[in-house]
Amino acid sequence: MTQEQLQTAIGNLRRQPWSLWALQARRLTQIEIRRNLISRRGLWIYFLAFIPAIIIGIHLLVDRHPDFAMSDDTVVLAGVVQLYYVRLGIFFGCLGIFSRLIRGEMVERSLHFHLLSPVRREVILLSKFLAGGFSAVAVFGTAIIVDFTLMYAGYGGAGQEFVFHGPGLGQLASYLLITVLACLGYGSIFLLLSLVFRNPMPGAMLLLGWEAINPVLPSLLQKFSVASYLRHLMPVSVPAEGIFALLTVETEPVPAWAAVLGLIALIAAVLVFSCYRIRRLEISYTSE
Amino acid sequence: MTDTIQFENVSKFYGEVLGVNRISLTISPGITTLVGPNGSGKTTLMNLMTGLVQPSSGTVSVLGMNPSIASDVFFQVGYCTQFDSFPRGITGLQFILDGLMLFGTSKDEAAHLAYEAIERVQLAQEAAHRKIAGYSKGMRQKIRLAQALAHHPRVLVLDEPLNGLDPMARAESIALFQELGRLGMCLVISSHILDEVDRISDRVVLITGGYLIAQGQIQEVRREVRDKPMQVLIRCNNPELLAARMFSVNHCVEARLHDDGHGVFLRTGDIDQFYRLLNEIAVEGLVNIEAVAPADDNANAIYQYLIGSDGSAS
Repeated sequence: MTQEQLQTAIGNLRRQPWSLWALQARRLTQIEIRRNLISRRGLWIYFLAFIPAIIIGIHLLVDRHPDFAMSDDTVVLAGVVQLYYVRLGIFFGCLGIFSRLIRGEMVERSLHFHLLSPVRREVILLSKFLAGGFSAVAVFGTAIIVDFTLMYAGYGGAGQEFVFHGPGLGQLASYLLITVLACLGYGSIFLLLSLVFRNPMPGAMLLLGWEAINPVLPSLLQKFSVASYLRHLMPVSVPAEGIFALLTVETEPVPAWAAVLGLIALIAAVLVFSCYRIRRLEISYTSE
Repeated sequence: MTDTIQFENVSKFYGEVLGVNRISLTISPGITTLVGPNGSGKTTLMNLMTGLVQPSSGTVSVLGMNPSIASDVFFQVGYCTQFDSFPRGITGLQFILDGLMLFGTSKDEAAHLAYEAIERVQLAQEAAHRKIAGYSKGMRQKIRLAQALAHHPRVLVLDEPLNGLDPMARAESIALFQELGRLGMCLVISSHILDEVDRISDRVVLITGGYLIAQGQIQEVRREVRDKPMQVLIRCNNPELLAARMFSVNHCVEARLHDDGHGVFLRTGDIDQFYRLLNEIAVEGLVNIEAVAPADDNANAIYQYLIGSDGSAS
């Protein structure tokens, strides 16, 4: 590309109505967040997110909390995040939220209202993705904060010391970062699956299976997994036990920045392809 | 920027299934009605002109714009689809506001436009604050119409807009369409209710099996159908004598007395010769002719001639 062509391209980009697109994106995102968070159909996602909080809350009420048990509970909380939230809770929650954004609206025959508005389809898709991401992070992030609070609330002064003067808050920040990346990573994949397939469920189940067997795969294949990158961000390692420990292949640790950048690159690539797909999307509700 | 909608040799296939085939059509401002049986391609034409589907070949332009570029087209175009579905859990007002907010208008301006549209379709303000899930079919039709015209489009595409409306609401809607047409808006309407097509339309587009059969003003289209005998109703004091005189020439193929006995329906294969003979009979003074009116230059008759079935039944 010559310098003149480059300048023309930059000039064209500058002439685009970016402020209108930003306004449309903000308003579409608000509309979608309202639909995602204030919906009776979304109740099961709240249930999915807060099951651990309920269980930890019951333990808080009925169990004694001697100081020496705190390190065990720290591992338990890490296990809850890594094995429950990342592999199940956030996975299925995002499946529910993100596959509804496009495919759900096609099933309900209401997607055309968006497509008949003066909004670029890429803006519609990215706004929906942002709204889905915000909704999922709001629900699961809140749930993890509640889990964390309830987990250490029973330890009194020792718990406060751990949280405010020890590694507690750092661990919570890591869990929240994992939650954000998991929501956006799985969310982008489910959004794409719902654009490509009439029924995104088989694809989602394949992904679930892939994520489940990923720890026992060779280290090269482990790189193609959302959960694998997230595992490298865990502040507390969860030991594999029993037969699972025998099958697990230990991989070289990936630096946190590389894991984060890797996931962001994955999300960006999936969104670019999703934008390409939505430009070619045709409304044919009769086949839904 | 032109003020027409143009199809140039447009075909659309859904896999192996034909949607429309080699359609070339220009739709000018005013009211144009698409007429055809179910599955004839009316909705495909509407979806093509609003970018919901892309042509397999040929080009479509709306006011000189490519309909697939939503950010240009939908400032000027409103489309009321036939899909009787809405986003869940919202009120009629919220439904219109959500759409308007994407035009970049302020909240106050959006609210003003929303209330104006609700008033225009004559939906009660109180109903607009209720959830759409509790609306009757007619109210849902009205709120969709309000949403399509709230931003003051220059082109309004309406897929079966009279479905589900009671006679009063239907008359109100027709009056609204006629008013919008008079204001220079380009209205494209699909309808099965052929009697009303006559009242609404400036032009008709007849389509069947994905093929364009005829287009133009109803009377023009009728005149083009030269091979089909035309029917004329003549109100007079002696219909039997008139019918006998008319049958003395060979272009008259059918006569049927009016129910009240004061008129006769005559079908002729040569309308020009028919009117000349009728003038002669009137001059002779044997029959006192009160009124002469074409009885089949309406959409229903043309539909039957060209498509071969009664459109009202489909």
